[in-house]
Amino acid sequence: MADTGSEEVAVIGNTDLTPSELENNIKNTMVETGSTLLKRMEIGVAEAEKRTGKNAVSIQETYTVYLIETRAVDAVAEGANPTPDSLWRRYSEFELLRNYLLVTYPFIVVPPLPEKRAEFVWHKLSADNLDPDFVERRRVGLENFLLRVASHPVLSNDQMFFSFLTQEQGWKEMVFETGFQAKADSRLKALNATFRVKNPDKRFSEMKHYGDELQSVITQLLRVRARVADRLYGVYKVHGNYGRVFSEWSAIEREMGDGLQSAGHHMDAYAASIDDILEEEEHYADQLKEYLFYMEALRAVCRKHELCQFELEMTAQDLVSKKQQREELATGTVRTFSLKGMTSKLFGQETPEQREAKLKTLETQIEEGEEMVKERNVECEEFVKNAWEDIERFQEQKDRDLKEALISYAIMQIGMCKKGIQVWNNAKECFSKM
Amino acid sequence: MSAGTTKSLPSSGQKPIQEMCHPLSAEECALTPSPDLGNTISSMGEKDLSLPNGNAVDTSSPASSSSLLNRLQLDDDLDGETRDLFVTVDDPKKHVSTMETHITYRVSTKTTRTEFDLPEYSVRRRYQDFDWLRSKLEDSQPTHLIPPLPEKFVMKGVVDRFSEEFVETRRKALDKFLKRVADHPVLSFNEHFNVFLSAKDLNKRQGLALLSKMGESVKYVTGGYKLRARPIEFAAMGEYLDIFTQKLGTIDRIAQRIIKEQSEYLVELREYGPMYSSWASSEEQLQEPLDGVAGCVANCCSGLEDLTEDMSEDFLPVLREYILYIESMKNVLKKRDHVQAEYEAKLEAVAFREDRKTPVPTDVEKCQDRVECFNADLKADWDRWQNNKRQDFRQLLTGVADKNIQYYEKCLAAWESLIPLLQDKQETRADTN
Repeated sequence: MADTGSEEVAVIGNTDLTPSELENNIKNTMVETGSTLLKRMEIGVAEAEKRTGKNAVSIQETYTVYLIETRAVDAVAEGANPTPDSLWRRYSEFELLRNYLLVTYPFIVVPPLPEKRAEFVWHKLSADNLDPDFVERRRVGLENFLLRVASHPVLSNDQMFFSFLTQEQGWKEMVFETGFQAKADSRLKALNATFRVKNPDKRFSEMKHYGDELQSVITQLLRVRARVADRLYGVYKVHGNYGRVFSEWSAIEREMGDGLQSAGHHMDAYAASIDDILEEEEHYADQLKEYLFYMEALRAVCRKHELCQFELEMTAQDLVSKKQQREELATGTVRTFSLKGMTSKLFGQETPEQREAKLKTLETQIEEGEEMVKERNVECEEFVKNAWEDIERFQEQKDRDLKEALISYAIMQIGMCKKGIQVWNNAKECFSKM
Repeated sequence: MSAGTTKSLPSSGQKPIQEMCHPLSAEECALTPSPDLGNTISSMGEKDLSLPNGNAVDTSSPASSSSLLNRLQLDDDLDGETRDLFVTVDDPKKHVSTMETHITYRVSTKTTRTEFDLPEYSVRRRYQDFDWLRSKLEDSQPTHLIPPLPEKFVMKGVVDRFSEEFVETRRKALDKFLKRVADHPVLSFNEHFNVFLSAKDLNKRQGLALLSKMGESVKYVTGGYKLRARPIEFAAMGEYLDIFTQKLGTIDRIAQRIIKEQSEYLVELREYGPMYSSWASSEEQLQEPLDGVAGCVANCCSGLEDLTEDMSEDFLPVLREYILYIESMKNVLKKRDHVQAEYEAKLEAVAFREDRKTPVPTDVEKCQDRVECFNADLKADWDRWQNNKRQDFRQLLTGVADKNIQYYEKCLAAWESLIPLLQDKQETRADTN
């Protein structure tokens, strides 16, 4: 899953470090470019617990909290086994962190959170959010999220992220104070840009299209997989009935009795084996789901590019029209129709002073406009460069992770086949002794 | 086959079936339209008993009955090494005519028995003919367990009577039927069996078989004798058969359910596999692995298809055959009860006679012989049946296990071949990084 890489230990001479000094060291060494938090810190989501409390509208509710544990790598490496620092966080706090990251780093494909509600469940698996199996899988998903962020070359350096891991009190307020919510682009603005942008970078358009396709394919795949799991469960469980009837039958047989009875036990074992098999397969489904959710983030980056590009185009467009206006005003020719122009024609020309004033305003605007275009251009280029870099990093990660997921899936299938062969061989032996 | 007379065995169909004699009858057969019916009813009571090889048996004392039993048991030991009659059913062919379409099967016989004129025969028979043979065997050998035939009637819209699978399943069952008869020390010497195997053209009257069947039931229904006490061993047989048939029914239902679940699983798998292919089309690095997975799933699908087919064609029919077998066995047990009841009633009637000096009338004695004969035949057949049942089920269930193993091995091979493909790519990528 997440790349933990090779653990480089930052050598710090003094081994007697106070907790705050340790923290400082971690922060300072983060300044190194290209290094990630994960190389200096062990992170885990160790437990999940149910809590009850009053929510924002004073209604009693039950929710789950997750225990985040952190420990400095070098402390462990030196043989000491310090107890990890820990704090409890709710799912909503994870969401807040992620939203903050999304707004603050729009050029990064931000790792997704595990699903809020269980989807793509096959019938035996519970869709209940409070179900212990679901909670457990979510715990793993949240840990994975943290590990992914902590191993990202850019995201891992974020202060809010670090505080999320280490500062229990006041973190939420701190995040709100950054004012990130104001920086978020409205959906409408983004949609508008998507439709009206004229020259987006082709690569981003293609990538968005790819994200759409992949999302659709994985969604369908997960749906059918759930149905396949359901059916397979049925096949295995019905074999359990053989166990019972063979046992009953063996009671009226003499020589055949023992063979039948033992064969029946093997049929029971066969029927029971499907539970573990499908439990393991859920892990595979979770791996696919992560990348399904990743597509949303990928598309967000592409849309941000379109927005950037659109704003650049708008600014450039605005500049062009202002320059045109200046030309008209200077030469007295009206090339573009404007109501103001018409009215002034109808109701008489402006005075030279009025014209001078207008020209001056336009000049300033044009100057400002040119600066803006330059700025926006740079912004756009920067964005394209950074975003494409992260997208390429993401693609490589995706290819690696999914290939590994397919390999483990194949290994799981192999395991299932081997178990099946073993059970039926055992049954066959019993039958041959009948 | 006929004892003591000079009648030759018809092997070329010159003699009509109704002139066949009951193998246990020592007298001339009557040439009336329903001679078999008359012979059957009368031969048991009036004619002397004779062994299949034609020797007359002295049935006047209990000792001779037990020697009869001994001889029957001796015949049992002949199967295996000294088998002298081999029968096969194969080569189904469709015959289309203006009136109807039907299937015939080739019945091939190889034998060294002197009861047959030739050492080899090859004739064509249809299901009707097998049905006729079975009726004849039931009529002429009522004290024996006659193997079952596959079901006669199939619902026309549900099953295609001319599909390869149906015909093959039926052929196997018919083959089994003849082999079981051929292996039976008494039934295999039955004249009707001989004719069935050897006559070029079975010239029989369908109505005849029907009539004799009716006669059978008429005979035992109007028997009206009540049984006092069923001997323990026959009571046990009855109980065993009741429970056994119940368990077989359960197993049949379970197997059907499994087939249904497997078919539904297959439907989903068939949708699942191609999704990996369509995913592969939008990927570069992942294209090969994804196509590989799609291929594996397709292989598993075909393996599953084979498994389900085999279960339908090989497992279920044999189960059902045994259920039919048990039905007919229960009928034979009932007949035995009736014969015993008749004897007991007659004996009781005699016991009330005041004149103790007159010897026990012959018809009561004959009744007693019938009972003892029936019991002996039944016991011998029961033991043989238990043995065969054990072998049959051992073979059947082992076959089920084998088919499942085959399916898993096919899937295993497919998935295992995928791993090196995936891992190689992983390694070469690492090298180029």
